[in-house]
Parts: sequence; C-alpha cells; structure tokens
Amino acid sequence: MEDVATLGFIATTIGATWRLATPLIFAAIGEVFSERAGVLNIGLEGVMLVGAFVGFATMFAYGSLPLGLASAVAAGAVVGLLFAFFTITIKADQIVVGAAINLLGMGLTAFLFRTYFVGTGRGVEIAQPLDIPGLSDLPFFGEAFFRHNAIVYSTLLVVVLAVVVLYKTSFGLTLRAVGEHPKAVDVVGRSVAAYRYGAVMIGTGLAGLGGAFLTLGHSNQFVENITSGRGFIALAVVVFARWSPVGAFFVAMLFGLFYALQLQLQAQPALNIPYQALQALPYVMTIVALVMVRNKGDTPKMLGVPYTKA
Amino acid sequence: MNTQPFLRMDDIHKRFGDLVASGGVTLEVEENEIHSLLGENGAGKSVLMNILCGVLSPNEGQIIYRGEPLRLGSPREAIRHGIGMVHQHFMLVPNLTVAENYVLGQGMPARVISNMRDVYARIRELSERYGLDVRPDALIQDLSVGEQQRVEILKVLFHGIDLLILDEPTAVLTPQETDRLLVLLRDLVKDGKTVIFISHKLDEVMTVSDRVSVMRDAKVVFTTRAADTNPRELARMMVGRDVLMELPRTNRTPGRTVFSVDGLSCDNEIGLPAVRNVSLEVREGEIVGIAGVSGNGQSELALAMTGLLPVTSGTISLNGEEISRLPPGEVNRRPIGHIPEDRHKMGIVLPLALTENVLLQRYNRPPFAKHGLLKFGTIAEHTRDLIRRFRVKASGEFDLIQNLSGGNQQKLVVARELARDPDFLLINQLTRGIDIGAMELVMQEVLKQREAGRAILLISTELEELFAICDRILVMFHGELVGELPPDRGRIEEMGLLMAGDRQEAARLAAART
Repeated sequence: MEDVATLGFIATTIGATWRLATPLIFAAIGEVFSERAGVLNIGLEGVMLVGAFVGFATMFAYGSLPLGLASAVAAGAVVGLLFAFFTITIKADQIVVGAAINLLGMGLTAFLFRTYFVGTGRGVEIAQPLDIPGLSDLPFFGEAFFRHNAIVYSTLLVVVLAVVVLYKTSFGLTLRAVGEHPKAVDVVGRSVAAYRYGAVMIGTGLAGLGGAFLTLGHSNQFVENITSGRGFIALAVVVFARWSPVGAFFVAMLFGLFYALQLQLQAQPALNIPYQALQALPYVMTIVALVMVRNKGDTPKMLGVPYTKA
Repeated sequence: MNTQPFLRMDDIHKRFGDLVASGGVTLEVEENEIHSLLGENGAGKSVLMNILCGVLSPNEGQIIYRGEPLRLGSPREAIRHGIGMVHQHFMLVPNLTVAENYVLGQGMPARVISNMRDVYARIRELSERYGLDVRPDALIQDLSVGEQQRVEILKVLFHGIDLLILDEPTAVLTPQETDRLLVLLRDLVKDGKTVIFISHKLDEVMTVSDRVSVMRDAKVVFTTRAADTNPRELARMMVGRDVLMELPRTNRTPGRTVFSVDGLSCDNEIGLPAVRNVSLEVREGEIVGIAGVSGNGQSELALAMTGLLPVTSGTISLNGEEISRLPPGEVNRRPIGHIPEDRHKMGIVLPLALTENVLLQRYNRPPFAKHGLLKFGTIAEHTRDLIRRFRVKASGEFDLIQNLSGGNQQKLVVARELARDPDFLLINQLTRGIDIGAMELVMQEVLKQREAGRAILLISTELEELFAICDRILVMFHGELVGELPPDRGRIEEMGLLMAGDRQEAARLAAART
C-alpha cells in the first residue's frame, strides 16, 4: 500500500502519462484541423490502425524507423483522401463514411497481419529513449520527463506547428473560416473543397503517425485492434479541448494519466481493485468528460455539413 | 450624345430550371450616383446583382463596365474590377476578428500573416474617415447586426471598391441605423464611389437615390430620376400588373363578426416592432384585403394571427374566443384556414406526396387517423377528390408535390385549406408566382367561399388581386393600418399614397372627390 504514494511511483506514472498520451495527441491535433474545417472524421480509429500496421510492416521490411513513420503518415493521408472523396466530393454522410473507414481499418489490418505476420512472432526495434546529458539522470524529473524517445518529444513540435499553421498563416485563417462560414470563403475565390481535403489529410496523416507510435515507439509488435478505442477517445479529446490544439495536448495528457494510472494500479495487487474496473478507467473518464463539457457554442458551425456552391 | 454609361447590363437572361429570374434585364448606372433598384420580393433584384458581382453567371447578355465588356468568373474577379457587394446575409466569419475577415483569402495560403499592424492601421483610418466606428480587433460574433453591416461596408472599401452594391441593407436595421446608413451612402458618393441600392422601401429610396429603376417580373420596367417621381408612382410600378378579367361577384351583406383583432402589436424575428396597434374585423361572407408594399408588417401580422409569432399586446378572437395566446397547435385545431406567404417554407413539404401534404395539419385526427393509425384509403380518396375539384395537374395522388408547377402546388394548398371548412380563412399572397389560369381558379374558389359565408382576410402585395375579389381594402404601412378604401380602381392614386404612408395627401385627394 505504501508503494502507491512514493516518489518513484509518481515519477513512473508521469513518465507513462506522456508516452500513453502521445498517440492521442497526434490524432486529436489532426482531428482539430479536420473539424475546424467542418469535417467530422469518426474514422480516426481505423486510420490509426492503418498507421500502426503500415508503420510496423515498413519497419519490418526495411528496418528504418524514419521510413516507417513516414509511411504511416502517408498511409493515413491516403485513407484520408478516400474519406475526403466520399464526404466532400460525393457529399456522403460523414458519420456513415467514418464508420466504414473504421471497419475497413480493422478488417484490412487484421487480414494483412494474419496473412503475413502471424506466427512470425518477431517484433521490430522500436525508438529508444534519448539520453539527454544532465537531465535524464536527474532524480524524479529524469524519470518523469527526460527518458522518452524522439516521437514522444515530437508531440511538442506538433503542438507548436499546429498553433502556427492554424492561427498565424493565411491557410489556417481560411481553414477556420471554412468550418464556420464556407460561403464567405467561396466568395473570396478560395475553394472550400480543396481546404477540406487538405484539412482531412493533415488530420489523417497525424492520426496515422499516432497509430505508428503504438508499434514503433511503445510496444514492438502489431496486434489486431492495437488501438483499442484510442481513435474514439481522440474524438472526445477534441470536444473536451474545445477545438484548440494546445487544449488537445493537455486534455490528451489527462487521458494519458488515466491510462497510466490504470496500468500502475494494476501492478499494485495490495489495492484489491478488480483489474477490469481499472481498465475501464480511460473510457469511463471519456464519458464523464463529455457529459461535463457543455456546448459553449464554439463548435465549428458547419461541422458535418457538406458545402454546395450556390 | 454617344457617351457610354459607367455600367450597362444589356439584355441579361438568367434561368434556374423553369424559373426565369432575369428575363432580358437592361440596366444603366451612371458613375458617381446612388441608383436604387426597387421591386417586390422575387422580382429578380438579388439575382441581377449577384450576376454583377460575379456570384452567378448569366445565360445570355453582356455587361459593359467603363466602356469595356466585363466577363466575371468569380466574385474575386469582380473585386479586382472594383465591384463589391454587401450581401443580405453577411459574408463575415463569426469567430474571426474584423481584420481577419478582411484578409481572408488574400495572399498565398502558406504565407504567415505578418502585416496585421498595417491592416489595423488601414481599418482605423477608413473607419475614422467615414465615421464608421469599426474596431479591427473586435470579434464578429460580439457585434450587433448594424455593426456587422458597417464592417461589411468597410470591408468593401478596404478592398478599394468603386462600385458598391447593397442588397436590402436596411431590412435588418433599426430606423436610427437606417438613417445613419443613408448618410454614409451619400458620403461615399461624395468621395467618388458609385452605389447600387436594392430595396423595396419607397421612403428610403426617395430619400437617398439619384435615380431609381423598378423591377417587376424579372425585368426592369421603369427607370427615372428620383426628383422626377414620387412614392405613389413607384408603388404602382412595383405592383402593377395587367388587369385581370372581371370576376362575377354578388352583392352580399356581411353577417356577424367571425374574426377580430384588437390593438395587436408584435415584434419581428430580430425583436423590432413590426405590427403596431392593429385592429380589424372580418365578418361572415366578406373578403377583407390588406394592401401594402411588402416588409410593412404583413408577414408578422399573419404569423401572429396563426399563433406562430408571440403577440406583445392586444387580442385576437375567433367566434368570440380569445386565441392570441394559444400555441400554434391549438390554433390549428380551431376552424382557421391559412394559406401562407411562402408555400415552400410553410405550406407544403416538397419531397412528400400529395396525400401526405394534404394530411399535414390533420394527420392525427379523424377522418384521417384512427387509434393512432393513418387511414390510407380515406386519405387517398380525399386527395383524389381535391385534385379533381381544383384541377390540379398531377400524375396521381401519390405524386411528389415537388414535381408539380407552382400554380398546381398552390391549388393543392388552397384546396386543402378550403376542405377544412374553416370559419375564417387567412390568405397571405394568394397568387404569387403562379400562372394566369391557376390564378383565376383559386380566386374563383375564394369567391365561392365568400358566397358560402366564410370570413376571409387576404393579405397581398398585388393590387389587382385585391381589387378583383375584396369587399374592402385596408392599407398597411410601417406596421400600422393607415386607411381603408373600397375596391375601386378609380382610387388607385389614393391607394398608392397610403401605401407610401402619405395619409395627409391621401385624405386631401379623398376630400377632393366628394
């Protein structure tokens, strides 16, 4: 019982929090782009699975981590292109297409995995924690903050980039307008459809990266349904974060904490809590968070609504 | 003289399917004037202006601008030529600031926006020059409608526009804001800009314009200098239509009062007073008309009468029962028929079958429903009956109503409302957008209802329609009833004056007759 309150326990939990939040951060920030442009992509789960699998398979074949990550991003963007074609060009219902993408992601990755990898039992070499001189060895802080791999640290870069692109560039300004008042964008001669394609593909590219972190930065294996609902939790993160990239980072961290606590507490048999209850923690917190956050009117007004030129 | 006008729109045609929105419009605008474009709803003003600012492209016709033919592929090109429009529905993104809205879509997408300081400075400078009081860092969603409109106008100036088009800018403004806007427009002209001002409000047009063009039925029918015309003439040009054939009508003494309104006031959807202290009564076997240029509170009056708009004061009574505070569903259960102004919005559901449309208000009660289940046989038979009696052209009772022409849709609406056997029938625009044949039929049917002793109130912007079937005509102006006249075509002058709100002149004319 005493174990729970020790500094070591806290440091480990904090460290695990960031790692477990990493896939959520990528996927949620990606979804912020998509939803800010008015496209609700509930297919994130499927996209993350594709990213996880393609990253893993590429790494397996070529043994190059950068190539594995890049191919996961590309695969995510390709799935996004498919989603965008149906929802933006064909104007099919975004929820229905999103659900189809999820099924496609689950089915396709499971099929390919069973066909080529099952029984090989071999993992890949995953990204190793960086040794930052002077920091990694600090007591407590070293364990909590400075013993992560490069993919985890890159979440910070992604947040900064997302803020710059969304709020400081002409592209970001137009993208935000597209989700609120697409006609206003149309009359200044910008293509609403092009911006939505761009936003969706940025979103799914990042979701693919988030998925790849699971196989290339966390565990060294692909297993069927490895994302286990992280795509859906990322959707909740976006709502909870009120469509802000910085908010998405911190909310994802909060959910990362729930994952971490769940894992850490399972390792404490003295607590005598059924492990199923602990496992449910991130999902229960998702529901609690969504119930607590009321709509304050900052939802993109055209979220889920296809745009038709007059 | 062979001088080219500043702008000439020459024989412009624009069709949407069967609907002719511009049927050979020719319009000339001089440089540095305020040119008003006046016309009823649906006359084709907005479509014409959307063509001029590049939103729509015409099927035929050409635009000559500064002596050169102008071909526009997009609003962006129009802006490059110095033509900009302030749309009726603002093109402002609510969660962005004023300045962000101004730079929206400018420059390369990948560019980091770094010149905001200059943008702010220019907005402040322009705002000061025209006394517009626009703050560059204000969020659009925090601004009132009047403020947003100033932001829109400043946006057009910010983009360096010479020809400014305003589509019904005063529809959303308070009287004070309207006055302020009109002063601003004059200032712009003083500064060398040219303004096209779309409106259907005669008084504003008379106040602000140098010249006026009147549109009717998708054409410009009349252009004049504002100084050479008067509200009466303009009103007549707006509503004028060929005289309908005389419909036979018996002399009939009206019976007891069925429907009455006393001291009724209500606000429009943006909370401004729309109907002021209106009192009227409608008796058995009488058709009472309400004339007026649209936008003078008629729509709100009709909505209030049917329980669709809250009443701020006054009473409405039907057969002696006060109904002004009843919810719409309850009003609907009373013997009231309502033929609404916009059948597509309120009268019918386009993707549904004729049978289902016939059913709309009575789906849950006999004879169409029993124990919560619809009685399809009865419904189909009833619909067939209506189709036959009103000569609705449809392939059958299960045809979708969207496949019918406007005239046939309206016939079905009229048929449905009359079949409810109402004591009181409220009609808002009986013949809008329908062909002559359908027009005559529905008017005759309404007259039959008069014979049968129904009390009928007909709100219309078409004077001919009112003259043809009403027993007496009330005139509405700025939310008030300003006078009553018999349906006498000889007194159309008086009618015009009342519609323009000039009660004194109308009274003088009336006195001179006797």
